[in-house]
Amino acid sequence: MLEIKNLHASVEGEDIEILKGVNLKVNAGEIHAIMGPNGSGKSTLAKVVSGHPEYEVTQGEILFNGEDITELDADERAHMGLFLAFQYPVEVPGITNKTLLREAYNTIARANDREELDPLEFEDYITEKLDVIEMKDQFLSRSINTGFSGGEKKKNEIFQMAVLNPVLSFLDETDSGLDIDALKVVSDGVNKIANSENAIVMITHYQRLLNYIKPDHVHVMMAGKLIKSGGFELAEELEANGYDALEKELVLNGEAQ
Amino acid sequence: MSEELSDGVKELESMIGEEYKYGFTTDVEYEDFPKGISEEIVRELSRVKEEPEWMTEFRVKAYHAWKEMEEPTWFNATYKKPDFENMLYYSAPKKKPQLDSMDDVDPNIRETYEKLGIPLEEQKMLSGVAVDAVFDSVSIFTSFKEKLAEAGVIFCSMSEAIKEHPELVKKYMASVVPVRDNFYSALNSAVFSDGSFCYIPKNTKCPMELSTYFRINNMESGQFERTLIVAEEGASVSYLEGCTAPMYDENQLHAAVVELVALDDADIKYSTIQNWYSGDENGKGGIYNFVTKRGICKGKNSHISWTQLETGSAVTLKYPSVILKGDNSVGEFYSVAVTTKKQQADTGTKMIHLGKNTKSTIISKGISAGQSNNSYRGEVKISKNATGSKNYSVCDSMLIGQECGAHTFPYISSENPSSSVEHEATTSRVGEEQIFYLMQRGISEQDAISMIINGFVKDVLKELPLEFAVEANKLLDVKLEGSVG
Repeated sequence: MLEIKNLHASVEGEDIEILKGVNLKVNAGEIHAIMGPNGSGKSTLAKVVSGHPEYEVTQGEILFNGEDITELDADERAHMGLFLAFQYPVEVPGITNKTLLREAYNTIARANDREELDPLEFEDYITEKLDVIEMKDQFLSRSINTGFSGGEKKKNEIFQMAVLNPVLSFLDETDSGLDIDALKVVSDGVNKIANSENAIVMITHYQRLLNYIKPDHVHVMMAGKLIKSGGFELAEELEANGYDALEKELVLNGEAQ
Repeated sequence: MSEELSDGVKELESMIGEEYKYGFTTDVEYEDFPKGISEEIVRELSRVKEEPEWMTEFRVKAYHAWKEMEEPTWFNATYKKPDFENMLYYSAPKKKPQLDSMDDVDPNIRETYEKLGIPLEEQKMLSGVAVDAVFDSVSIFTSFKEKLAEAGVIFCSMSEAIKEHPELVKKYMASVVPVRDNFYSALNSAVFSDGSFCYIPKNTKCPMELSTYFRINNMESGQFERTLIVAEEGASVSYLEGCTAPMYDENQLHAAVVELVALDDADIKYSTIQNWYSGDENGKGGIYNFVTKRGICKGKNSHISWTQLETGSAVTLKYPSVILKGDNSVGEFYSVAVTTKKQQADTGTKMIHLGKNTKSTIISKGISAGQSNNSYRGEVKISKNATGSKNYSVCDSMLIGQECGAHTFPYISSENPSSSVEHEATTSRVGEEQIFYLMQRGISEQDAISMIINGFVKDVLKELPLEFAVEANKLLDVKLEGSVG
């Protein structure tokens, strides 16, 4: 589904490389976790894959369902079913959640020659999706993320994910800033959305989230590269020994740069 | 709003790259005056308009007052001063302007209004809206006059009002904006050519929306019109003005005076969609929009509301104000001012609280893009006797891009300790993050910008009469087309 080959990227107009050759393959039905210390390039990877204009791909390619999407605009990638749950969801005052989502849903439907939903049909559809994150319907008529608490913003991301039903979702530090109850609701939501046809890549600093959403594959990112991959046990190992121990081990084996 | 938004968003797709679409000129024969201004010109103007003696004297007095006044320079804008000696002060299409039916209107002019989306035939108009069409200096046609007359409402050109209703004009003209109020009001009082007059009798709710559509066509003429709206006790009216002009390299002056008078329990809602030509991207050409607008809540429980969407003009200096004289009267100002390219806008309001328990609300939204400069200037004054009065002001600015400016100049003075004044101001930038967020959800870049802007101005546009809210949304979309990125 997703294949990232030797991806190098830097901030547009600056010469500082942040991604230094990332390779990653994600298949349908899989859940991946990318872990790593602050500043390792995890969030940048998610932004580059979803087409943030701030970054420039200098080398390598991103294939999505076989198509090279490296040069596509963010909205075109979204039309193909790519979704990013933001680490810091953005406020857009004056436009309701419902307006955004109907516009987004129908734009994506149009791009894929699927039927659009009229306002009444959409109302039914979206109301049903509220259950995914256990929110009341007032949530729909509030301005996008405006005045939301940190937890509500994160829940809103997962809610949007449920509504837009993407093929591949990046969850960028979705667990940060959530208390234990909210974390549970959000994780349950993600688990309800996950199925054999879609895939999820979680980006997280801590292992905590992985207790609720169990990944099939765990990758460790350091200094702009995925330096180690494994199963769930890799996350446990990190939790026990920390990133430093892993880095030392890799240096000893001559694997780290 | 959300329904309208999605319509507006769809509309946008077909508008990509659209320029100022009202910039065409109409070929008509003019009856012009020699350029320049003098007492003779003023007297001649009055004579051509067949005005009574008192009106001529009013003009001549105003002219001499103006001669002694200095052009103001206190605002936050720089521009080449208008050359008053090289301007045309009267310019009227040659055909006789007083018309009994649509058939008498010059077909070229009729076509102009058609192109502007303002058909003059009553059957084609928005039902429920009466239009006074002002072309350069004169009122061309006023629709639905008879229907309005049945309700006792007078809606006609100012020229006609001076002849037909001199007692009302004498009583109220310059009662809100005195001749010497400022440089441009004095000039206007001397040379105003036409405008609209509305009178709503006691306890009458005006049966339809009234509107005036101003069009500047002649390259060298200034436009000086005067509007006077009087709402008697218990009367109510909603009035809308729209403005466009062709694209010329030279600047043209538009110096209007608008006066509103609301007596006891009366209600006047005045909305403006201003889309004068704003000049090109190098700041060449465009209209100087130097307008004095003021209303007085003369009677108790009266209500005046100004709503404006200012998108055009090279330079705008405009402060629609309310004098809250009657006890319990209410003044409101809702404004969206958009500047792009090299436009400069210095606009805002004054709320002068004189009566007891008077209330005012100011909601101002400024959007600056390109290399433009957008200033809010507002004064809230609570006088000693205005016990229990309240003001609430919000001034938000939004910047698009790095080269534009937004400024806020609030002046607040309260002489009454039982009154309260609240002022909030914010400045934000349409960020790449906001646009990226919406694009990541599948929305195109243009639609994303349109959404962000629409969200920002929502509180103001919802105050516009419904027929015009959709128009306003479209205008905003077109105006900000291509401002980001």
